[in-house]
Amino acid sequence: MADLGMAETAKEQYLEAFARLQKETPARRRSWTLGLRRDALARFAEIGFPTSRQEEWRKTSVLPILRVPFRPEPDFTANGFTPEAIGRYTFEPWECTHLVFINGHYAGKLSRLRPLPEGVVIEPLSAALEKRRDEIEPHLGRHAGIDRHPFAALNTAFMQDGVFVRIPDGVAIDEPIHLLFITVSPDGPVVSYPRNLIVAGRGSRAALVESYIGPRHDLYFTDAVTEIAAGEDAAIDHYKLQRESGRAFHVARVQADLGRYARLASWNISLGGELARNDTHALLGADGGEVRLDGLYITGGSQHVDHHTLIDHASPHCASHELYKGVLDDRSRGVFDGTIIVRPDAQKSDAHQTNRNLLVSEEALVDTTPRLQILADDVKCTHAATIGQIDEDAMFYLRTRAISQETARNLLIQAFVSEVLHGMRIEPLRAGLECLLFTRLRKGHGAGVEP
Amino acid sequence: MTPMLRIRDLHARAGEKDILRGIDLEVKTGEVHAIMGPNGSGKSTLANVLAGRETVTVTQGDVLYRGRDLLVMSPEERAWEGVFLAFQYPVEIPGVSTMYLLKAGLNAIRRHRGLPDLDAIDFLAMIKEKMKLVEIDQSFLNRAVNEGFSGGEKKRNEILQMAVLDPALSVLDETDSGLDIDALRVVANGVNALRSQHRSMLVITHYQRLLNYIVPDRVHVLSGGRIVRSGGKDLALDLEKKGYSWIEQESAADRAGARPVA
Ligand SMILES: Nc1ncnc2c1ncn2[C@@H]1O[C@H](COP(=O)(O)OP(=O)(O)OP(=O)(O)O)[C@@H](O)[C@H]1O
Ligand SMILES: [Mg+2]
Repeated sequence: MADLGMAETAKEQYLEAFARLQKETPARRRSWTLGLRRDALARFAEIGFPTSRQEEWRKTSVLPILRVPFRPEPDFTANGFTPEAIGRYTFEPWECTHLVFINGHYAGKLSRLRPLPEGVVIEPLSAALEKRRDEIEPHLGRHAGIDRHPFAALNTAFMQDGVFVRIPDGVAIDEPIHLLFITVSPDGPVVSYPRNLIVAGRGSRAALVESYIGPRHDLYFTDAVTEIAAGEDAAIDHYKLQRESGRAFHVARVQADLGRYARLASWNISLGGELARNDTHALLGADGGEVRLDGLYITGGSQHVDHHTLIDHASPHCASHELYKGVLDDRSRGVFDGTIIVRPDAQKSDAHQTNRNLLVSEEALVDTTPRLQILADDVKCTHAATIGQIDEDAMFYLRTRAISQETARNLLIQAFVSEVLHGMRIEPLRAGLECLLFTRLRKGHGAGVEP
Repeated sequence: MTPMLRIRDLHARAGEKDILRGIDLEVKTGEVHAIMGPNGSGKSTLANVLAGRETVTVTQGDVLYRGRDLLVMSPEERAWEGVFLAFQYPVEIPGVSTMYLLKAGLNAIRRHRGLPDLDAIDFLAMIKEKMKLVEIDQSFLNRAVNEGFSGGEKKRNEILQMAVLDPALSVLDETDSGLDIDALRVVANGVNALRSQHRSMLVITHYQRLLNYIVPDRVHVLSGGRIVRSGGKDLALDLEKKGYSWIEQESAADRAGARPVA
């Protein structure tokens, strides 16, 4: 009951913050998004923060988030972030468009835009909202449902900035687009609401990387939503790289809706945060779509990382491959909850889900729940979930080959995660991550980045 | 001169079971000893004790390697100091390439000896030589350690690793089992190429045929966790003819006769 009280108090604070912002920000009152924001807030007011009595939140308590009074709309403080400093977080050498956001605000001076193919739009959402209303309105908030997800509702009500990407029919963007969301909280805890929208035309191609980082000891909250609308035969690669501060809270929702023969490949890498929750949903809404969801979570200390995925086979002849792997150390806790729905007329669906976990300490814990709802009969569906420890036979074998115990352990962990990393199609990112992982394994588990 | 290996009254257990029950063995530098014995007699357990496996507990006795207490060393320290075990069942390690394993192991040993790491070029040149010795194709280097290797390939890979790590004491646990006649010749050639007056080997086998290629200085028969008979290379021939039961019966009779009357 104390929990419920806490949830109610927190809810009131968020509602008040909304009212205050609306009063203080005329631009917000004038925008066409006001209705969207208000509806989202109303929905949030109705459902409130989730409690552990809700099935989707049974394994993850959001109370730690509710206890902290986060300041919304934090100031733009680029303090200490020079272009050189930014370079350290962008996996150099990596020639591509980098859009940098600090505390939710677009930081133009720190961003680097590169020439783009004709007709492609890559703009901060804040800049695009009004001038591209006719393109944005049909999509914004139309893909990521907020009915059952209070944090997505909050994001829609408070959304600040992020990227709007539009790719015309038949256009391929060869270079990836890197979004770097940095949060710093030197003057007390802050919350930011990144919001991204990708509208990919027929037969288009693009790769998008979202990085979330913060200085190692900063306390803050990131509540992010990304919506992807992939048109017929479009191919989108989406990377999400969560390296938040070890004290931060991170809740993110990714929704991808796929047209006919569209393809989505998603890599969801979770390394940071005290508490992180990811909801990654893909809707196979038309014939022949293909989804690949890969994920990796590496946790230590008292981190809690929760991945919920949903793949909705709503049309025939679609395929989905899902591979999530976790390495859990210390007293950390992992949750994987993967739902696959195959709707009654989604015949010839091909769906495979795998979740493998490696517990590298006695106290680490992981919950894995596959949920298959197969309502069609002519389908191929498999799922596998494992929780294991480091293979002692392999350890001994490596040590007899002159490899030290510590190196052998790290080598086996790296080998375990390599299956996910090797699939990545951006070489500097893959190599950078491997390197990151290597130093992290050697130093012990520290989340976040060096400020 | 200090022997390469001296085992005294070694008792060891794994799980709830006493497996080694008083082993005495001395291997001089430059010697090759064969160990034979029926299934379950403790041969692999002995090999594991020498390599430092933590699931086997030594309950009594000691093992000196070049005059130093071997049992206090970790498995990797033993490898750095020149002890090598070729596994009866080599372990598959997905995600770790054979090349990486060899290079990391070799450089760890070099560092231990105060030598600089071998660079990629020198390493490749060296490894190519060794691969010829065991007739392994270079493509194996890029494959994950033992993953999907055939039985024979795994055993050749063990010999390749031995050749690269250049040990002073090698323990070969049934490296000949499951090999066809050509592979047996290859493995034996690999072993013989390493044979020198500075190195010693302990060759565990069930078959006399290996000993036609690798002629041992001594042959020991292990049974019930003890060495029940030792002899020259002809002992292996006798065993081939008469089987183990002949020795087991004799040694049981010996023990019964020798037991002091209470
Ligand atoms: N960890 C363990 N726990 C319990 N018993 C064990 C363990 N390891 C080995 N043993 C037992 O000890 C005995 C000796 O095993 P070992 O592997 O040393 O035999 P071996 O002589 O190598 O046999 P083989 O010729 O079949 O390879 C066997 O009965 C085996 O089941
Ligand atoms: Mg054996």
